[in-house]
Amino acid sequence: MTPAIELIGIDKRFGPVHANKDVTLTINQGSIHGIIGENGAGKSTLMSILFGFYAADSGEIRVKGVPLKIKSSSDAIAHGIGMVHQHFMLVDTFTVLENVVLGAEGGALIGPALAKARTELARLAQEYEMDVDPDAIVGELPVGLQQRVEILKALFKGAETLILDEPTGVLTPDEADHLFRILGQLRDQGKTVILITHKLREIMAITDKVAVMRRGELVANFDTKKTSVEELAEAMVGRRVLLHVEKGPAKPKEIVLDVKSLTWKDRKGIARVDNVSFNVRAGEIVGIAGVSGNGQSELLDVICGISRPTSGDIIFEGKNIGQLGDPRHLRQEGLAHVPEDRQHRGLITSFDASESSILGWHYDESLGHGFRLDRRKVIDRSRTEMEHFDVRPANPLLKSAKFSGGNQQKIILAREIERDPDLLIVGQPTRGVDIGAIEFIHKRLIQLRDQGKAILLVSVELDEIRSLSDRIIVMFAGKIMGERGPEANERELGLLMAGVSKEAA
Amino acid sequence: MSARGEMPAWADVALIPLLNLFVALLISGVVVLIIGENPLEAMWIMLKGAVGSIKGWGYLLYYATNFIFTGLAVAIAFHAGLFNIGGEGQAYFAGLGATIAGLSLEFLPWPIVIPIAILASAAFGAFWGFVPGYLQAKRGSHIVITTIMFNFIASSLMVYLINYWFRPVGKMAVESREVTGAYIMSFRELAKLFFDYRLPSTPLNPTFFLALAVAWGVWYFLWRSKLGYEVRAVGANTDAAIYAGIKPSKIIMVAMAISGGIAGLVAVNEVLGAQHRLVLEYVQGAGFVGIAVALMGRSHPVGIVLAALLFGLLYQGGTELSFAKPEINRDMIVVIQGLVILFMGALEQTFRPYLSALFFKAED
Repeated sequence: MTPAIELIGIDKRFGPVHANKDVTLTINQGSIHGIIGENGAGKSTLMSILFGFYAADSGEIRVKGVPLKIKSSSDAIAHGIGMVHQHFMLVDTFTVLENVVLGAEGGALIGPALAKARTELARLAQEYEMDVDPDAIVGELPVGLQQRVEILKALFKGAETLILDEPTGVLTPDEADHLFRILGQLRDQGKTVILITHKLREIMAITDKVAVMRRGELVANFDTKKTSVEELAEAMVGRRVLLHVEKGPAKPKEIVLDVKSLTWKDRKGIARVDNVSFNVRAGEIVGIAGVSGNGQSELLDVICGISRPTSGDIIFEGKNIGQLGDPRHLRQEGLAHVPEDRQHRGLITSFDASESSILGWHYDESLGHGFRLDRRKVIDRSRTEMEHFDVRPANPLLKSAKFSGGNQQKIILAREIERDPDLLIVGQPTRGVDIGAIEFIHKRLIQLRDQGKAILLVSVELDEIRSLSDRIIVMFAGKIMGERGPEANERELGLLMAGVSKEAA
Repeated sequence: MSARGEMPAWADVALIPLLNLFVALLISGVVVLIIGENPLEAMWIMLKGAVGSIKGWGYLLYYATNFIFTGLAVAIAFHAGLFNIGGEGQAYFAGLGATIAGLSLEFLPWPIVIPIAILASAAFGAFWGFVPGYLQAKRGSHIVITTIMFNFIASSLMVYLINYWFRPVGKMAVESREVTGAYIMSFRELAKLFFDYRLPSTPLNPTFFLALAVAWGVWYFLWRSKLGYEVRAVGANTDAAIYAGIKPSKIIMVAMAISGGIAGLVAVNEVLGAQHRLVLEYVQGAGFVGIAVALMGRSHPVGIVLAALLFGLLYQGGTELSFAKPEINRDMIVVIQGLVILFMGALEQTFRPYLSALFFKAED
């Protein structure tokens, strides 16, 4: 039988980032093929190329043996490829029926299309156990059903191959089980399913084959039956040489931050941070590892006062700061925060560097009395910080946007560290930062630890977590999966990150 | 190191506005041509009418005073990421403050009454800006919608108040009694009083200097104060502002109050300085012109003062033109002004890609 999809030698670069390196992958008709990998491994890029969002720099795509140029998503749909995105592409105020015909209205009047869709929906509902009220308003449906509408939409447009991008991220376990049953039935009817995920359990439960991606390369392609969770985790994380960071043993002292059964629910009532407890002592670095989107960002926001916890306590230097919700007050108390998203939070790209380097500390009396902001002092302070942190070019008047990622990060780190905090919370300190700056930033963090400061580090780079942390906490789906020492091996951590704990396995 | 897509600062600040102005005038010229007049002659009359005499300059600066206030008002809100369309209503409502202070404190000497009347104008304008700000910050009502509605509310409310409360018994014109307590003399009157010198008749009065002072104050507030920093931070990147512990809802209310307060100072120029009484619809569109002035002035006080002068020129020159050429009536002038606003505001970015492409060719 001709394979449903063949990707041959797909190569894609985004500037200096090599997102897909010569990827070749064959996907059989009537199978469920998993694609697994860490963040930034290139899974989503590969699927976006298949779905026509990006054009590959080189390589060929064949659908049912026929070489094709897929220039847009409508091309992809016309060739029977459908995609269910992680963030749904639905019109909340439309009914299910209206959403399903969206893009396939066929003619000036909507009536005939709707009637056709109604019978088709009824048929699909029966065939695949996908009951949805066609007249329900999509925005009022629970997330699991909204996802079902996405799948129906793709099937209605004649999808033979269905791509699902991290479909269970937003689902409850029950909903996920139901989804898997649906996917199983789709396969039995001869449809092809491509499942992008970082959760090993799902891969083992449902796929026929699994491709592993790492740093843009397709490193392995297993028969699911013939592989194991351990083998997959190892392929996913790889055997990497640790980044060499000079550091002595930690000398932890008193507890600075004590988080007790902290829970934070989003607006839909889903617990993104789920009953989390841990502490950070003075003089140690605690790393939180995990694939991004597993509650780390939300956890940081809650600790830093940007959002308020639904329940639980945060004790900082003996005071319960949980319900304070005031980042400015916390800064004065000695809590510094390097945010995960440098460009959207850490600095204001349209401001000049000196103004970005006072963000959050701008009310400080040392920058001008009362109402006044003394520009001289702002620039002087910025210049000093730039010298201490070797920011290049050391020009406080240059727009923040014009610095490279590494130098932007140094500006932020300088701002937060130079105020001599008791606790430093760092999110993704080296994301998109060049090697030289990485080394510098790591050294600075170790130095700070040796000065007896407490550091809480969140990173999706496992290498970074392992080389810097004195203790490692792994988060998955909002929960803490376990705590390990820095000597823990990749495989063990990889399994925890994929939601497999030893106790359960 | 100029990144791709960036032009030198002087091109951004001066060349693009001038190019837009030039195109607007070119199209205006075509319109003038269509109705059978000579566009060059018309332009000459406009220029001469506005800057060819002391009287012309007087009117130009008098109009510009209003536009500086409304332009600054729009700019402050812009910096907080808000589009305040309500300058018109805020300026109009502020007339109430000016008039109440001027009429009720007549028994006090003018050096006391005038400052109070100025503050009252600002306070009434600020209130009219604060309410939409509050609705946006706390209730999520969009500021554009609410400020537009507040223009209408102000308009109707003022008709009622002027007609039933302020109009002296037996007077036909819908206007208040003269605000003798807070009468700001025009330069013509001042010159006569102190130097016995006869200036041509213009409504220009010392409020012009107040406008320049407020322009400096706005610059100082935005770039040299902590609160101004917070306003700009919220406008440039709300997420970063929240991370910094700034409360956007507070900043929205503060910025709208300041914006309304500055728009309210139009009442000082009009009610206290030019008309000396509360007149029906005295703002006459200055609030809307402020939007164009702020856009053209790039929301910077220096740019706003320059843009306000240009619009003052258009207003005064336009009036002269309609006197000299009856074919080009008042409505034609509005068309010309409209074209300038269109190219300065809505189509501001139209020529940018071409211009920056030219710069790259020159660089390569």
